[in-house]
Amino acid sequence: MADPLLWHRLQFAFTIVYHYLFPQLTMGLALLIVVLKGLALRRGGEQYATAARFWVRIFGLNFAIGVVTGLPMEFQFGTNWARFTQLTGGVIGQTLALEGLFAFMLESSFLAMLVWGEKKLGPKKHFAAAVALFFGSWLSGVFIVTTNAFMQHPVGYLRGADGVFALEDFWTYVLNPWALAQYAHNQMASLVTASFVVTAVGAFWLLRGTHLEQARLNLKVGTTTALIASLAVAFPTGDLQAKLVAEHQPAALAAMEGRFESGRRAEIHLIGQPNVAARRLDNPIGVPAVLSFLAFGRFNAEVVGLNDIPEAEWPTSIELLYYSFHVMVGLGTLFIGLMGLAVLFRWRGWLEKSPWLLWALMLAFPFPYIANTAGWMTAELGRQPWLVYGLLRTVDGASPLVHAGDTAFSLIGFTGLYLVLGLAFLFLIGREVLHGPAGAHAEVTHA
Amino acid sequence: MPELTTIWFWLVAVMFTLWAVLDGFDFGVGVLHRFVARTDTERREVLAAIGPVWDGNEVWLLAAGGSMFLAFPRLLAAGFSGFYLPIVFVLWALILRGVSIELRSHLPSTLWRSFFDTTFMLGSLAVPVLMGAALGNVVRGVPLQASGYFELALFAPAGTPGVLEAYTVLCGVLVLVTLTAHGANWLLWKTGGPVQARVRAVRLPLWLAAIGLWLTTAFFTWRVSPDVFESAFTKPMAWLGLALTLGGAATVVLRRAYERAPFFGGAAFIAGCLVTTVASLFPVVLRAQGGPELSLTVLNASSGATSMRAGLVWWGPGVLLAAGYYWWVMRHFRGKVVAAADGEGY
Ligand code: HDD
Ligand code: HEM
Ligand code: HEM
Repeated sequence: MADPLLWHRLQFAFTIVYHYLFPQLTMGLALLIVVLKGLALRRGGEQYATAARFWVRIFGLNFAIGVVTGLPMEFQFGTNWARFTQLTGGVIGQTLALEGLFAFMLESSFLAMLVWGEKKLGPKKHFAAAVALFFGSWLSGVFIVTTNAFMQHPVGYLRGADGVFALEDFWTYVLNPWALAQYAHNQMASLVTASFVVTAVGAFWLLRGTHLEQARLNLKVGTTTALIASLAVAFPTGDLQAKLVAEHQPAALAAMEGRFESGRRAEIHLIGQPNVAARRLDNPIGVPAVLSFLAFGRFNAEVVGLNDIPEAEWPTSIELLYYSFHVMVGLGTLFIGLMGLAVLFRWRGWLEKSPWLLWALMLAFPFPYIANTAGWMTAELGRQPWLVYGLLRTVDGASPLVHAGDTAFSLIGFTGLYLVLGLAFLFLIGREVLHGPAGAHAEVTHA
Repeated sequence: MPELTTIWFWLVAVMFTLWAVLDGFDFGVGVLHRFVARTDTERREVLAAIGPVWDGNEVWLLAAGGSMFLAFPRLLAAGFSGFYLPIVFVLWALILRGVSIELRSHLPSTLWRSFFDTTFMLGSLAVPVLMGAALGNVVRGVPLQASGYFELALFAPAGTPGVLEAYTVLCGVLVLVTLTAHGANWLLWKTGGPVQARVRAVRLPLWLAAIGLWLTTAFFTWRVSPDVFESAFTKPMAWLGLALTLGGAATVVLRRAYERAPFFGGAAFIAGCLVTTVASLFPVVLRAQGGPELSLTVLNASSGATSMRAGLVWWGPGVLLAAGYYWWVMRHFRGKVVAAADGEGY
């Protein structure tokens, strides 16, 4: 526990996982709000406008927590990962600065207009504000994912004798193929979260027998989007990610699948527990040749196992990595099934007569959050022991003079603060959902 | 290369200055909030005066930090890890401030609201003090080692350097009082009625205190870091900064009868102070106590020519766009705030 690195990693992991709970809804919901406001403009009809207003309120609350939890992320590069900052700043500084100037400025300005300005702006300009906000939030995704992609698959850099990275070519860096795949997958996954949340609220109102018209609208928009997004998460985007991992991070792929032996016709494991000490997967159930096919497009392809990779290059938490990956893929498969069923039932008019399905849709909303977190843990744990894959080890990136005690203290502080924030957030969101589309807010300010 | 690093030095300095001027009045409003607004309607009025802009203002800090990352990564690395605990406190204070503004009016309960009114004040108070102290540390110098990093005790007995010691705390108080006065100028412009009357009563004393503190700090800067102080007189940019400070101070004090002019005077005062300070430090960005050869300068802390050149291409359009959005927001929320029943507040 006296090892500062452990604390830096714990703190970064905790704060980023917490931060990302909010932007995933922000980004997905921004798109759905644009859709709702667009429908309101084209079809008229108060119901779309009412729904948009409700979701803007949720969006505002969610955004606020996203903003304040994003700040520590930016700062931790300097406070906890100082050597990483010093060495790679010449490259990743590009996208981090771009994000501030181009994405956050856009978001923060237009959020004010969206939340505060409906009456002032009129429907057309208010719609434009929603579009700008959507654009801004998806742009922050671009820049941060590009930053992360450099750590996964470094391109466009030069390295000096002193180990310092410098930018070689801006466009090579920004158009990193890894970033493109990662962005596509990540954005679809954030759409999954948002559409599950919209669906769950619709199901909740329907089960309670309140706000029926709004409930149906939410279910319609929610389930349709959720099915499309769930499919897109698996194919082509998830598939593309897996192929990139197979090509560039063989150790990560082997660990994600708990694969120790190398060989052709590699099987994919549906179930099994990695036993790292004994170098095998216990109780496996697998389908032969599928992993070879998914990773390389050929059933006969050779997939390297961990036995043929030096232990110093193994990911540091193979068990966690294995489960993260399986949780993500397992949930992704379930999502397609659940939303396929929901869309079918809605289309045939059976949905409202099937309370069990409505219950399932209502209770399903936490799972995309779990899948998103598991996905990022897969990406980040698979990258270990490297900070910049193959070039800079995590041990060499931490701040040299910050003590374990300092980080332990700040981590405890963040934990307490975030706990309180989370409780307040859940309480306020719960209140809005209970009050329904007319809004708890209107009543509050009259008080 | 030297030209590029000089350009980036000033770009980063301009962005931090914009942050201080823009978010500065938000902090000031936060400090004054509980005192100048007594009823709930008045409090909502004060919050509405910064509601649409505070996050955009705070983004200048992120943009400035990002630009520092791009241009002077070694400075970011050494500074942020060296000031680990104070930076963490700044973060907590910024979090507290942000959620207080955003969550406060979501519940009618008076307990809930007065809780967040207080956290809003505490957060707004802590950031200027800590940031001022950090600037004081930079002027005084830190114990940079040959590796380019330093560690520094949070408190220290007189005579040994610490993050918080007499001189740096003085800098913190100067920044706190100045930004509070700046917040008063903003409220004078954006509010009316009883709130404005209370603001008017404290505004001038606050500004006189700020100007007094500025002179005191200048004197102690001369005692603590004579070379920094004296180099100010040899640099044209420092003279420009001084002119801005003095012009700003004069406007604030003499144009008492107006509602807007003092705000711009205060902004000039703040910008002037910062410009003078960084101009006197240039080309040093982090002063080492152990001697100039250990200091981080724009040259040895910089990231590389390709990165800075690429950044120059998009920096201009980025700032223009940001200014455009800001102008658009300000235009729609111009005039005085009234706490409207629907929470829209104008
Ligand atoms: C709703 C969330 C969600 C769902 C259902 C899925 N994913 Fe995913 N996945 C993510 C959310 C996510 C993520 C959190 O967004 C990640 C982390 C990094 C990234 O770009 O996306 C991710 C990463 C990620 C990676 C790791 C990339 C790396 O190591 O850098 C792979 C290989 C896949 N995904 C593949 C899949 C496949 C084959 C799925 C099949 C159903 C799947 N994902 C479902
Ligand atoms: C929402 C998305 C993300 C999640 C959930 C996530 C998750 C994690 C986790 C779990 C770790 C700890 C891994 C370990 O120490 O074994 C980690 C580390 C780290 N991540 Fe991420 N990450 C995310 C996005 C990013 C992005 C976008 C960046 C860069 C811009 C980034 C940079 C880092 C760094 C610098 C570390 C610390 C060093 C390390 O342990 O590898 N992460 N992240
Ligand atoms: C180390 C990684 C990260 C850093 C440094 C970071 C930084 C920040 C900061 C500073 C903010 C607040 C902006 C403001 O004041 O308006 C923010 C918000 C946001 N971030 Fe992150 N972030 C990280 C990871 C991510 C990831 C992985 C994503 C998505 C792919 C993301 C998407 C967003 C979005 C959309 C917002 C808008 C606010 C919100 O959604 O609540 N961030 N982030």
